[in-house]
Amino acid sequence: MDLYPLWNSLRIAGISTVIIFFVGIFAAYYIAKAPRIVKGVLDVVLTLPLVLPPTVVGYLLLRVLGPKRIIGAWVLAVFGIKLTMTWWSAIFATTVVIFPLMYRTARGAFEAFDETLAWSGKTLGLSNSFIFWRIRMPACREGIMAGTVLAFARALGEYGATSMIAGYTPGRTATISTTVYQLWRTDNDALAFRWVLVNVAISAVVLLAVNFLEKRKTPRKGAS
Amino acid sequence: MSLYVDIDKTLGSFHLQVQFEAQNGLLSLLGASGCGKSVTLKCIAGIERPDRGKIVLNGTTLFDSDLHIDVPPQKRRVGYLFQQYALFPNMTVRQNIRCGVRDKDNADAAIDDIIRKMHLVGLEQQRPSQLSGGQQQRTALARILVNEPEVLLLDEPFSALDSHLRFQLEREMLETVRRFGKPVLMVSHDRDEAFRLSDSIAVLNHGRIEVIGPKHTVFADPKTCTASILTGCKNNSPLQKLDERTVLATDWGMRLTLGQDVGDATFIGIRMHDLRYGDGENSFRCRLVEEIENPFSFTLMLRPVDKPDSVPIGWETDKETWNALRADELTVNLPKEHLLLLKD
Repeated sequence: MDLYPLWNSLRIAGISTVIIFFVGIFAAYYIAKAPRIVKGVLDVVLTLPLVLPPTVVGYLLLRVLGPKRIIGAWVLAVFGIKLTMTWWSAIFATTVVIFPLMYRTARGAFEAFDETLAWSGKTLGLSNSFIFWRIRMPACREGIMAGTVLAFARALGEYGATSMIAGYTPGRTATISTTVYQLWRTDNDALAFRWVLVNVAISAVVLLAVNFLEKRKTPRKGAS
Repeated sequence: MSLYVDIDKTLGSFHLQVQFEAQNGLLSLLGASGCGKSVTLKCIAGIERPDRGKIVLNGTTLFDSDLHIDVPPQKRRVGYLFQQYALFPNMTVRQNIRCGVRDKDNADAAIDDIIRKMHLVGLEQQRPSQLSGGQQQRTALARILVNEPEVLLLDEPFSALDSHLRFQLEREMLETVRRFGKPVLMVSHDRDEAFRLSDSIAVLNHGRIEVIGPKHTVFADPKTCTASILTGCKNNSPLQKLDERTVLATDWGMRLTLGQDVGDATFIGIRMHDLRYGDGENSFRCRLVEEIENPFSFTLMLRPVDKPDSVPIGWETDKETWNALRADELTVNLPKEHLLLLKD
C-alpha cells in the first residue's frame, strides 16, 4: 500500500490548519468587536464556504486561480508558477473550506470572554499584546483548540474543491479522499476499503479530541 | 489630591452628564441600576470615552475633548475594582498580583509585602476559582494597590458576596481605603453600605448628579425625591401648598405644619422611624392597615380614620413598643423637624 495519499493529506490539512489558525483568530477577534451591521455582513460572506457545495468553491477558485484567470495568469507570467494541479494547490481549497469552522468557533469563544478581564488588565498598565496572548487566549483556549481540531478534521476530509483544483495524480496530488474515489471507480474495492478504514480511524481520533476539549470547557466568567 | 470630572456621554437614548470633584476620602455614587454610575467609572478609567468634557487627576489631564487629550487606560494610574473582581482565571494569586507591579525589577519584594498586608499568605499558589469571595476581593485589591494608583474606583464591591460576609469585608475595605489616603470613588445602590463607608455621597438619577455633599447632610436633607428614596426614606408624598408653612400631603390625606418655608418643594417625605406615637403637632388618628414584622422591629402601615382612600404611611418602631401598644386605632404625629421638603 503506497502511503503517499496519507502523507499528502496530512501535510495539506496540517499546513492549511496552521494558516487558518492565525487568519481565523485574527478575523474572529476583529469581527467580534465590529459594529453590528458590519458583523452581520461579514458573517454571511465568511461563513458561505461552510454551506456552499465544495464543487462550487472549487469552481470559484478555478475562476480566479486557473492559469488563464486573473490571479493565476499573473502569477504564471511573473513567477512562472502554475497555481493549479500541484499537491499544494489543494491548500487553497482546504483553507477556504475550513476557514468558517475556525472563524466561527473562535468568534464564539471571544464573544463569551469576560471583557472586564481585558479592562482590568488595561487599568493595571498591561500592554494590549500581553492581554491578548496571556489573558484572552488562555481564557478562550478550549474553544479555539476545538475549532482548530475541527478545522483539521474537515481539511483532511476535503474532496470536492480539492479534486477540482489539484486533480488526482497518483504520487503527486493524490489525497486519501481522492484515492478512495479513484480506487472505487477502478473496482479496486479491497484497497479502497483499507483507505476508508484509515480515514475513519483518523476522524474518530480527532472527534474524540474535540469531545475531550469540550468537556473540559468550564464556565470562566468572573468567579463566584 | 483630587479628581475632577466633568463629562457628557450619550448611549442610545441615555444621556450621562456629570460634574463633580472628589477629594481624599471616599465619595459614593448612589443610584438605581442604569443611572450611569458604572459608565462614569469607566470613563474615568479610560475604558469608555466621553463625548465631551474633562477629567483631571492631581493636576494631570487624563481626558480633555477640547485639547484632544485621551490618555490610554494603561497610563492613567486609576485602580479599578470590578464587581466580579476580574481576576485572571488562568493565573495564581501571586501571578495575578505580579500583573499589577509596574516596576518589574523589584517585583518580588512588593508582591511579598502586599500579600502580607492583604492577609493572603498561604494562598499565593491558588487559582481564583479556589478562593472564597472575600479572598478574591482581597486578591483583586492587592493587585490594584501594588500598582500604586492615584485614585481607587470601587464598582459595587460587595454585590458579589453573600450578605453575612459583607459586614466583615466592609470593615476591611474601610481600613484599606483609610490607608490608601487618596480619592476613592465607590458605586453603590445600598444606602447602608454607602453611609457606613463614605465621607461624601452623590446621588445620581437618569445620568445626572441630583445631590452631592457630606453624607450626614445628604441623609438629613436629601433635597430631591430620588435622593430621599435612595437614602432609604420610604414615605414620600406629593404636596399641595396651602401657605408658606402649611401643606397638604396628597397621598396620605394629611394637612401638615412645617418648620420651614415650603419654597418650591413639590414632595414631602418622612422616614418611617421618625413618626412618633401620641398627640402633638401634626398628629392624626389612624387605623392600622397592615402590620409587617421585621427581624428586630415592626413596620405599621397606617391611614387616617377619616381618609379611607389615602395611601398608607409607614411607621417603624421597636418590638417592645408595639407589643405593649397593639391597637387597631392609634394616634401618631409627624414631628415637623423631621419632615423632608423635596423637589421632583
